[in-house]
Amino acid sequence: MSVHSHAAPEPVGGKLFNTATFILGILVAVMFAILIVRFIFGLGAVTNLNDGYPWGIWVVVDVVIGSAFACGGFSVAMLVYIFNKGQYHPLVRPALLASLFGYTLAGVGVLFDLGRWWNFWHILWPTYANPNSVMFEVALCISAYIIVMWIEFSPVFMEKWGMKVQKQKLEKVLFFFIALGTLLPMMHQSSLGTLLVVMGPQVNPLWQTPIVPLLYLLSAITIGYGIVLFESCVTAAAYRRQIEMHLLQPMAKVMLGVLAVFVALRAGDLIVRGALGHAFAPSLEAFFFWLEIGCFLMPFLLIGSQGARRNPAMLFLAGCSIMMGGILMRINGFLIGYDTGLGVDHGWNYFPSIAEMLVTIGMFAIEILAYIIITRRFPVLPREEAQAAH
Amino acid sequence: MALEKTSRRNFLKGVLAASGAVAASVAPQQACARDTLQRPPEGLGLLYDATLCVGCQACVAACKQANDNPAEFNAMDKLWDTPLDTSGHTFNLIKMYRNGTMEQKDSELNGFSFMKTSCMHCADPSCVSACPVTAMFKDPVTGVVGYDADACIGCRYCVAACPFGIPKYQYDSPTGKIGKCELCRHRHDEGHYSACAEVCPTGATLFGRTEDLLAEAKRRLALKPGDWATMPRGRLPAQNETPEQAAKWKGLLDQSYEAQVGNYLQHVYGEKEYGGTQVLKLSAVNFEKVGMPNLPPKSSAATSETIQHSLYGGLIMPIAVLAGLTWVAKRNVVADDKAALSLSPSPASGGGAQKAGGKS
Ligand code: SF4
Ligand code: SF4
Ligand code: SF4
Repeated sequence: MSVHSHAAPEPVGGKLFNTATFILGILVAVMFAILIVRFIFGLGAVTNLNDGYPWGIWVVVDVVIGSAFACGGFSVAMLVYIFNKGQYHPLVRPALLASLFGYTLAGVGVLFDLGRWWNFWHILWPTYANPNSVMFEVALCISAYIIVMWIEFSPVFMEKWGMKVQKQKLEKVLFFFIALGTLLPMMHQSSLGTLLVVMGPQVNPLWQTPIVPLLYLLSAITIGYGIVLFESCVTAAAYRRQIEMHLLQPMAKVMLGVLAVFVALRAGDLIVRGALGHAFAPSLEAFFFWLEIGCFLMPFLLIGSQGARRNPAMLFLAGCSIMMGGILMRINGFLIGYDTGLGVDHGWNYFPSIAEMLVTIGMFAIEILAYIIITRRFPVLPREEAQAAH
Repeated sequence: MALEKTSRRNFLKGVLAASGAVAASVAPQQACARDTLQRPPEGLGLLYDATLCVGCQACVAACKQANDNPAEFNAMDKLWDTPLDTSGHTFNLIKMYRNGTMEQKDSELNGFSFMKTSCMHCADPSCVSACPVTAMFKDPVTGVVGYDADACIGCRYCVAACPFGIPKYQYDSPTGKIGKCELCRHRHDEGHYSACAEVCPTGATLFGRTEDLLAEAKRRLALKPGDWATMPRGRLPAQNETPEQAAKWKGLLDQSYEAQVGNYLQHVYGEKEYGGTQVLKLSAVNFEKVGMPNLPPKSSAATSETIQHSLYGGLIMPIAVLAGLTWVAKRNVVADDKAALSLSPSPASGGGAQKAGGKS
């Protein structure tokens, strides 16, 4: 490979206070205001959660989807270190950074949703923990992964603060953390899907399957690549940098490969279980099912050909489309396809309240804000040869 | 060229390691299969007979009292406890099925029927399997599914998991708990059995050992509809119960009376559903129509735990995969260092990064 792809990371620099960061700051402040109400008056005061929908967007979007979106670090690291595709190296740090924040916030976000949050530590305490519980496994792996990611990312801080000795020591054992950092997301991304299994027939057969862990794992990997395409394009546009086309192009091909396996499994599973009939019922579930499938198939249309993959706009759209598919698959399984079937009269309904949505938006705002601050001040993005971004 | 070859070989190794990991994570090993759990032999429960129920809601009021639950108002005048469904503050409710003119009790067409809604005390409870902190637990002897608020983190996974929609969270409080029927286990030590069975005037709700209740249910199904038969009330004594055993429970020993046999469906709900439940039900109207879901004999807890144990049993698979990944990553990270690709900048470009870092 040529040398240009291995440019060392360096801070982007530039002002931290601008319109974008100001708006993000306001969104974060709004979120905190709502959370104060939530903690004083209870979940019912701000959310539309009810006895038929005990989980809303704070669980499904902030945690289940948020952590899947944070799979860029895992997907790229796997490509670089496990499949030894060193040329993708410049993508590792930015992707890892986004993952770091995605997961850390998902971990913190869980606290907002816990009805008895002061007991949260029980989940990691041996006398309370229930190893049969899927949620226990998810919590354990996510907590461990957050720590592992901070370790994986710590060379960045060590570089900035000139901690050469510590950095060298860490690098000697980094391979182990990289391996662990590949295993843990595999475990909990699949288990996030397994959460559905115990809900049994309450989940529509379009999303209730014993291979749900494998489907969630594969889709998390594709979302990981999708989010890297998305982030690379957005970062390039926002910081007026060049898009790393020579990297994104072949990576998009890898992404399509994983996506093809995923789609084949998804379809095969529905046929084998005889669940496909539900997709043709005149129902909201069927509509959202096709929307989801459409989003997963779209990338093949968009960037199926070599020529189309040279077009950054197409790569960007394909990334968005995969992300949409991942969002829909999770919302469909946990909310739209979930029904206790026991509600009074017309059953239970759930649509998030404004306050709930503002908290979710606030969480994403924190993430973007932190990404901006860190990339401007710490060596994360590959050095730009041509021009500086200020 | 040499480097190229090595990297290709490593790539293949990576593919092997990863596909091995995925394949291993998919194939559920037979050894790890977790069978559906069965009722403990001394398990306690209730038998609810919809054809005997007169819908008086005495059990609803008694349940509120026994559990110190507040009234819930849904009517214009706030005089009566009028919950629309079970909730974090209502653990037991008699619901009504209505059809057409509602002339005939226990008739699916132009009729009505009652159905009790409260915890089924499943043999293999989804709520217990779901709960990450063992706040939902099943007593190994009595089989009663209890709840411990001091352990609970309020994640509401049990609420989402229960196929009967039983555990419910108290959203109206900043320190809300999960509310659910615990078969009045807090009253057992004082010799009181389930309040709902204690007060039931017709014996529609009967307390006892589930095995005895099941035999009683089958006895009723074998009777001729319309005939008069003896129906027990309150507590059903265990088969061959000794006086000492009987003395454990307060209340009259024999409260039985003569009642007309209902037009039962030949189905004891709870005998086999999800491996069986300790609360059993009889009805003349289709169970799904009166709000009892159609469940297979295999519990979803068994399916879920089989997947989990196949993947993580004894941590064998994660450790094996981790070993593989570590081995591959070690080779590749070293190769990276040589090619100046590692997380750290190469010595040559490292200075640049330092300088740039200092600039900001
Ligand atoms: S009915 Fe629901 S709450 Fe009761 S034991 Fe079964 S799963 Fe648990
Ligand atoms: S809400 Fe409480 S009882 Fe229910 S699953 Fe969560 S921790 Fe367990
Ligand atoms: S057993 Fe007790 S808690 Fe359960 S429904 Fe009956 S009265 Fe209520």
